[in-house]
Amino acid sequence: MRYILYKLATFVATMTLVSIIIFFVFQLLPGNPAHIILGIEAEQAQIQQLEQELGLDKQATERYVDWVTGLFQADLGESLKYQLPVSDILVDRIPVTFSLGILSILLTIIIGIPLGILIARTKGKWISVVLSIMTQLGIAIPSFWFGFILILVFGVILSLFPTYGYVPWSEDFFGALRALFLPSLVIAISNIAVIIRYLRNTILDQANMEYVRTARCKGLTERKIMYGHILRNALIPVITILGLTIADTLGGSIIIENVFALPGLGNLLIESISSRDFPLVQSMVLYIAVLVITINFIVDLLYKVIDPRIRAKG
Amino acid sequence: MKKKLFIAFLLVFVIAFVLVGCSNSQNEEGKDANAAKPETKEATGSSVVRIAMSTEIDNLDPYKSAATDTGSMMDNVFDGLLDTNPKGELVGAIAKSYDISEDGLTYTFTLNEGVQFHDGSELTSEDVVASYETLAGMNGGEPIVAEFAVIDSIEAPSDYEVIFHLKEKNSAFLAANIVAIVPSDYEEQSSKPIGAGPFKFEAYKVGQELRLVKNENYYNHEKIPQIDEVQFKIMPDQESSVLAMQAGEIDVLPGVTQQGLTQLGDSINTVSGPQNMVQLLALNNDVEPYSDLKVRQAINLAIDKDTIIDTVSEGNGTKLGSNFSPAMEFYYEPGLEDYYATNIEKAKSLLAEAGYNDGFQMELTVPSDYQFHVDTAQVIAEQLSQVGIDVEIKMIEFSTWLEDVYQNEQYDTTIIGFTGKLDPYKILRRYVNDYERNFVNYDNEAYDELIDQALRATDEKDIAAHYKEAQRLLTEDAVSVFISDPDRTIAMSNHLEGLNMYPIQKFNLEDLHYTE
Amino acid sequence: MKKSQSIPWRIGIVLVICLMTMMIISFFYTPFGPNEMNTGSRLEAPSFSHPFGTDNFGRDILSRVMQGAQTAFLIGTSSVFIGLMFGFILGASAGYFGGWVDEIIMRFIDAMLAFPGILLAIMLISVFEPGLKNTIIAIGIMSVPGFTRIIRSSFIQYKTYDFVKASVAKGAGALRIIYHHILPNAFSPILVAATLSFSGAILGESGLSYLGLGVQPPDPSWGRMLKEAQPFIVTAPWYVIIVGVIITMMVLGFNLLGDGIRDKQDTKA
Repeated sequence: MRYILYKLATFVATMTLVSIIIFFVFQLLPGNPAHIILGIEAEQAQIQQLEQELGLDKQATERYVDWVTGLFQADLGESLKYQLPVSDILVDRIPVTFSLGILSILLTIIIGIPLGILIARTKGKWISVVLSIMTQLGIAIPSFWFGFILILVFGVILSLFPTYGYVPWSEDFFGALRALFLPSLVIAISNIAVIIRYLRNTILDQANMEYVRTARCKGLTERKIMYGHILRNALIPVITILGLTIADTLGGSIIIENVFALPGLGNLLIESISSRDFPLVQSMVLYIAVLVITINFIVDLLYKVIDPRIRAKG
Repeated sequence: MKKKLFIAFLLVFVIAFVLVGCSNSQNEEGKDANAAKPETKEATGSSVVRIAMSTEIDNLDPYKSAATDTGSMMDNVFDGLLDTNPKGELVGAIAKSYDISEDGLTYTFTLNEGVQFHDGSELTSEDVVASYETLAGMNGGEPIVAEFAVIDSIEAPSDYEVIFHLKEKNSAFLAANIVAIVPSDYEEQSSKPIGAGPFKFEAYKVGQELRLVKNENYYNHEKIPQIDEVQFKIMPDQESSVLAMQAGEIDVLPGVTQQGLTQLGDSINTVSGPQNMVQLLALNNDVEPYSDLKVRQAINLAIDKDTIIDTVSEGNGTKLGSNFSPAMEFYYEPGLEDYYATNIEKAKSLLAEAGYNDGFQMELTVPSDYQFHVDTAQVIAEQLSQVGIDVEIKMIEFSTWLEDVYQNEQYDTTIIGFTGKLDPYKILRRYVNDYERNFVNYDNEAYDELIDQALRATDEKDIAAHYKEAQRLLTEDAVSVFISDPDRTIAMSNHLEGLNMYPIQKFNLEDLHYTE
Repeated sequence: MKKSQSIPWRIGIVLVICLMTMMIISFFYTPFGPNEMNTGSRLEAPSFSHPFGTDNFGRDILSRVMQGAQTAFLIGTSSVFIGLMFGFILGASAGYFGGWVDEIIMRFIDAMLAFPGILLAIMLISVFEPGLKNTIIAIGIMSVPGFTRIIRSSFIQYKTYDFVKASVAKGAGALRIIYHHILPNAFSPILVAATLSFSGAILGESGLSYLGLGVQPPDPSWGRMLKEAQPFIVTAPWYVIIVGVIITMMVLGFNLLGDGIRDKQDTKA
């Protein structure tokens, strides 16, 4: 219980810090949103008028207080560029990035865990070496380049997958799956390598443990030892690693959504940073940060539930 | 053990196959609906054209939107009193004719009868008056269209006649009348825009697509669209959109590069031509050493524009000599593009005369968002190094560029492209000394005088003569290095044709049709 | 058994040495000037005079790749140095002193970890401006949380060891203990983290370049070259493939190196 309270306190502290970082960073961005919205042809008078309409003539601190009080009333403010409530815009975007993230984590698990086991089992054999170098290649390829190659091979040459775009799940389940398959694979590929490396090491560690030798002495089959004992223990830390990859997955989506023209958060984020759409960008960054912190918080708790040996040593 | 692993892998492959399988059957259905060759068109009864756009829509309301791309998409939903033809000449649209009084102060527009908005209501002079009152800022606030600040009063003697009284003569007023007319009492333009154009707004999915459907009741019966539906797809990455077109998932790709064309091969039709843009290396005339005419001339002599066009635009561009593109033929002063024919020796001696025997360091600020300008900067850096000018390229985001360079004029040199305008005044006003957007800080009374005379003149020929003279001054004073008007190429799948090039970014989708 | 295990490590060493040699040679010799344009020979396929072909400005790709290795190693080492320096200060203080110092530092690190690395870098570069120096700083800051965590945990671990406790009892100063007892032991995990962070920096630079926020032209950087090569993926595929492969080799080399060091250390322990 004390552990949970402690974790809760750190959770709150981190959130506060995050909001302060977001605020300060975006205060420093050069550029005038009104001018950016109106573009190169705008007259000075038009810009000033728009500044007033958007409330940009207010003091920065005043705007910040407005924003934070708004947050507590579940009001994220209004986008400068789209002149729509931020929450309306995000409602459209979040499902895309969310689906991308879920699918890429699923791919990570489906591909990463069996491969990791295989590499550990075949330790010392050539197949293990080849497989680990191949997974390492996955991590080493710049993601946007890999994305292009996948589009070229699977989209254009083989025309197995669409080259761009997003289909809502409610409209067409398989269509959505197809549209998201390649981009999720690109994001998953580096996480897969991380999982494999980790899994291989823990399995090998566990294999040398006392209890495995005991089990072997008891005459249990290798298979039973592997799945009944080693794997159960080896998979626990994998949960933590998956939690840690959440941030990478969201980060990866920033670039990959651009390559595959997916209308998700990452795509919008790049765009609203360059258009200096402060209310939108602040809310999005805050949303991503909250998501990452919350998931890690949950993972911490889960870890605690699964493996009670862990004490509150951080 | 191995068996299980094998099964796991098999499962992954099966899933992938199922995906591909479903997709293929769907793909075929999809292709039937979308590929829309004439025969399939008859089979399904509707034709859809998908167009890739690289930027997001900023606002559906034509009075709130400022982005060029948004304007060119929504231009199909809205019509103005006038419109432009591919040559840049003004033609009637909602107005069937107009008349300008002798003194140039009264403009009378006669409207077409029976023009309907998309909601079925009739467009009358009342809507025009209401639209213009908003645009001219007569209901309070700044004018949305700067040229309309000159309007003194508007009257509507009948349902089909509108008269504008101007405060003073202004030859720039007429071209501004291509702006959208909207229903007078309609409040939802930002979510469900309604206009009188050839296409009706159907749906907009933020960040994904804008869907327009054909307006069967378009007042110009000859121009009722032949395409049933248009989908603008938002695709931020240029190379991805070329790949999408190659895969047959995009039918029209505006602004494709030469590389893209080679990649697409002969599966496409293209139209291409100058886009009335001016790409220039702007020199800040207020900053040393660019305040020195000799230095500016030396830079002009050292830069080989042909090489820039060959390298950066793959040869598809028009060399310029002044801040004006031949796309606007009537106002264009020919012959200036070779005024500073590349001459390294002469450039060096001019630099020596100006006291820069050893050259100098030049800071070249480039908006990083535009690869085209970044590439141009690299070529210019290489060329200027031959006369001893050491160019340091400084990249900044376009948002920062707007503030630091354009607004606050905190720069030495920069590269930018000014997009086309229908009105020469809007193009050449940039160099009038007291104009706040004169960011190169050109200061020449003779020039200001010429522009003012052009604005006050009523005779088309006089107007053109003044503008031509002004262009010559810009060249002689080597105000900046005016590089080129890069061609714009629109690629269409080879079963489509009919799009034209305009001196402004415009898609005449009403003319798009299937080849026989 | 042992032999096959060390194969990835050997591959890593070979890759890194090859690329390093290339970088060192580039200081003295490149076949052509890396920024020298020859518009007459644009996008030429690999040939005897241009083994890697030429780019869209007619520049020799081999010379640019060689020169780009300097940029890559500069970005890699400097950003690792920045990350390591701040990571060490933060991680060592948190791990050694513990208590509220640890608490404050770790909350700060948690806050940084809440932003995906690339997002943090984009934010930083938007505030300053794109360019080599700021790319290095942004990528360096990106790697601070990782270093802090690793250094902190090795400090916590070794602090509990008897030989450290013994020297504390003998009244040795904090710096002395850190220098003589903790550092030598923490060295190899730090080295592993440094090699991995080096390859992360190379990938980070290419991601930033894709978004137009990386190193300024015309100086060759691999990330920028990869982005500039992208439009020619079908018409001049060698350009994008060569640059992509070089980046991949560099990242792979350092990753395998890092893994190798880790494995050796595991077998030792």
